[in-house]
Amino acid sequence: MLDFIKSYLTVIIINLIALILLLFSAVRSKSKTIKSLKIALKTFFRIFPTIIIIVVFIGFLLGFLPPEIISAVVGDQAGFLGVLTAAVLGSVLFIPALISFPLAASLLKGGASIMSVAAFITTLTMVGVVTLPLELREMGKKITILRNIFSFIFAVIIALIMGAIL
Amino acid sequence: MKDLNDMANKKQKQKKTIARDYIIMAAVMIAAAAALLVFPDKSGPVLNISKDYLIELAIIFPAIIVIIGLFSVWVSKETVVKYIGKSSGVKGIIFAIILGVLPTGPLYIAFPMAAALLKKGAKISNIIIFISAWACIKLPQELVEIQFLGIGFTLLRLALTVIFVVLMGIIIEKIIVFTDRKKIGVDKNA
Repeated sequence: MLDFIKSYLTVIIINLIALILLLFSAVRSKSKTIKSLKIALKTFFRIFPTIIIIVVFIGFLLGFLPPEIISAVVGDQAGFLGVLTAAVLGSVLFIPALISFPLAASLLKGGASIMSVAAFITTLTMVGVVTLPLELREMGKKITILRNIFSFIFAVIIALIMGAIL
Repeated sequence: MKDLNDMANKKQKQKKTIARDYIIMAAVMIAAAAALLVFPDKSGPVLNISKDYLIELAIIFPAIIVIIGLFSVWVSKETVVKYIGKSSGVKGIIFAIILGVLPTGPLYIAFPMAAALLKKGAKISNIIIFISAWACIKLPQELVEIQFLGIGFTLLRLALTVIFVVLMGIIIEKIIVFTDRKKIGVDKNA
């Protein structure tokens, strides 16, 4: 029992948080709670195909690519170039952040360095090549370009610091 | 009226994207099945790995989307706009981060909000911090990060991200204020 709790601590806490918030919401307003659950269901159907695609991709990534190859591209041997590669990949790809963490974990398991994984996740969320048109239209050229360039540079710096500490 | 049209368009577009995602998913699954038939010796490990990750996601995902749903209903756009619009200084920065971090929806609804705030005269730095926090430190996604990458990795990356996002907000504001002033100066001379 204790072992079970230990290995699933995060899972238990996340589910408890959701449950407590849900109860709290249900007590305050039934209609709002139902609306929340509807949004949750919609979110599920929207994100479900991406989950399946990523899970299949992870299976093939770890099943087919030997760790030496992953390690050579984004591993410790690849060094700074590997971090840059990961940062560029993260900027260009459009993977919902929620799903990017299992992918990042699989890369880490498959031989990628902590630095590269940190760079990948950070640019994935902070730099948005796919959302660029929308950002340009709403925020204007100057803010959009500055924000994305600085985000890229800072993501690489964050990754380097993380690599040094962890 | 224009807003209504806009919203209807957006909804339709979203439906199309979702349909497209399901088609891609089907194609990926067929391609994957074909590949595993060609390399039968790999099918064991590939399926096992996929199954493990799928299970790990399945045990947290319902909770995550429930949290997302609850926040998007209880914390309205109006609340966010109200708090960011009128606060400045350190308080403004903290509000921008907290309101960005709350799981109130996808990034594409943050941009119009940010644009509206800018027009209302909110500080550029706070808006940049708000968008960046919204994009990269959403509460539910951090829970997933802890699950897959560990609490140490997550907390360190979060702390660094907050520091650099604030720094970035301040730097970009300085650059924009500086270049705008120069432009106004040139216009006056002309």
